[in-house]
Amino acid sequence: MNGATMRSGHARREPSRRTALRTALASAGTLALAGCDRLSRNDTFVDVLKSAEHLSHAAHRAVAGRKAMAQEFTQADVAAHFKGNGTLVPGDADYQALMRGGFKDWKLEVAGLVEQPASFSLAELRAMPSRTQITRHDCVEGWSTIGKWKGVQLSHVLGLVKPLPSAKYVVFRCADSMDSLSTPTNDTRYYESVDLDDAYHVQTVLAYELNDQPLPVTNGAPLRVRIERQLGYKHAKYVMKIELVESYASIRDGHGGYWEDNGYEWYAGI
Amino acid sequence: MDMPAAISASSSASSSAASRRLYRHRLPVRVMHWINVVCLTILLMSGLTIFNAHPALYWGQGSTFDKPWVAITAVQGPNGPVGVTRIAGHQFTTDGVLGRSRVGDAAAPSVRAFPSWATIPGPQWLSMGRHWHFFFAWLFVINGIAYVSYAIFSGHLTRDLLPTRDEWRNIGRSIKDHLLFKHPTGAAARRYNVLQNLTYLVVIFGLLPLMVIAGMAMSPRLDAVFPGWIEWLGGRQSARTLHFLAASGLLLFVAVHLFEVLISGAWNQIRSMITGYYVVPADKREVRS
Repeated sequence: MNGATMRSGHARREPSRRTALRTALASAGTLALAGCDRLSRNDTFVDVLKSAEHLSHAAHRAVAGRKAMAQEFTQADVAAHFKGNGTLVPGDADYQALMRGGFKDWKLEVAGLVEQPASFSLAELRAMPSRTQITRHDCVEGWSTIGKWKGVQLSHVLGLVKPLPSAKYVVFRCADSMDSLSTPTNDTRYYESVDLDDAYHVQTVLAYELNDQPLPVTNGAPLRVRIERQLGYKHAKYVMKIELVESYASIRDGHGGYWEDNGYEWYAGI
Repeated sequence: MDMPAAISASSSASSSAASRRLYRHRLPVRVMHWINVVCLTILLMSGLTIFNAHPALYWGQGSTFDKPWVAITAVQGPNGPVGVTRIAGHQFTTDGVLGRSRVGDAAAPSVRAFPSWATIPGPQWLSMGRHWHFFFAWLFVINGIAYVSYAIFSGHLTRDLLPTRDEWRNIGRSIKDHLLFKHPTGAAARRYNVLQNLTYLVVIFGLLPLMVIAGMAMSPRLDAVFPGWIEWLGGRQSARTLHFLAASGLLLFVAVHLFEVLISGAWNQIRSMITGYYVVPADKREVRS
């Protein structure tokens, strides 16, 4: 057999084997991807995937305990502009009216499982002991921005209303409708919740100032909450009411927040 | 079956495949290898879904939005959006793959960084991508700790992965052989070669731990273990960059690994990682006699 015959014989066999292998791999790949997408729509499978959230929460609590502090920065680290995300201006009529009045008619209502429900104006909140903290805001999308926040610690406000022993979670009700304008029978407004570890944490602040200015509308005027050891979506903007509850399961779709009702984790420590 | 079997001695006669059959990969190694393959595949693909949510990377603590060092986006063209990739100030048109691509049977392409065939899930779905990513991250870490513990306690690390002094001395020849696609035969093929070993050690003890640590640095809660520790990585956005770079390094490793497996007797190699048994390629001398 001369080289030419060897080569041509070789040439006839090799490409068809290689092509067959390539086709098989491509088909296997396509099937695998379609399979993965079907699994994403299987409730049981997704529940298994979601079980990791509890493991992460437990592991995090073990290595970064209840009182562990988020990093605080210096004035030099503060970004020139703090990006607004999500709702930038609530379209709801009640909010628009408050905004036009400079929030002088706005009151923060604190109710639920508390001994002394109360409501506080912006001036009253500003008169309370304040905490200023320069912290980094981490969005679930992946970006971060450092800002300087000033506000009253949630723990101080809770101390005034005296939560009952049955209270386990703090729920933040916000002014901004999300998917469609809220109606009396269809509440689509943003809401969030945290447990008491985060509620009483030193860095959990009801902020009314950002970068030495009154909190802009883009960033949640007149009040947004800072939950410094969790991702940005927990830091509810346009807070109107704080509710102490035993469980968030009976609120809206029962997952403890607007984004949680849309598939995101309730524990947003990662 | 615990100890690798010795190759039966053969003098002048060519050795048969049966006598060259070696028990090369023990069961724990094989099981953990395939768990790793599944985990890393899913982590890479779900990682791209997460990256797609903000397809730009920075360095430092905060995002310098006007100057990412890499960004995948779309720019307005005469006929609509055109997918582009920007790296260190240079812009490349990557329409059809990166920046803009067709998702499934959709009529029109969508603006998205990585294409749907590279992501889990296919269509952009951040919350679901995160569920896949964090579940398989746990599985990967647990498997990884099991593997490293096993490697140390069974002697797999010292016996099979650490290069011998002889192998170090001959590293130049190994590099040359690799570039010439020459693979060891006979007795030399019983062990992993020195380049293989160094690569595995760098991946196991360097690249993968870096990826895990950079991943943890992106957790606002884990940042609080020791406030400021992530400055050692350069900050949160540096951690995101490092995580992405390590993942790219891993992809490169996988590409080279698969290539080497394919050209050094694919079926023999793959079968050995399933059954444990490897047929050592015969010395050319033996075959001819």
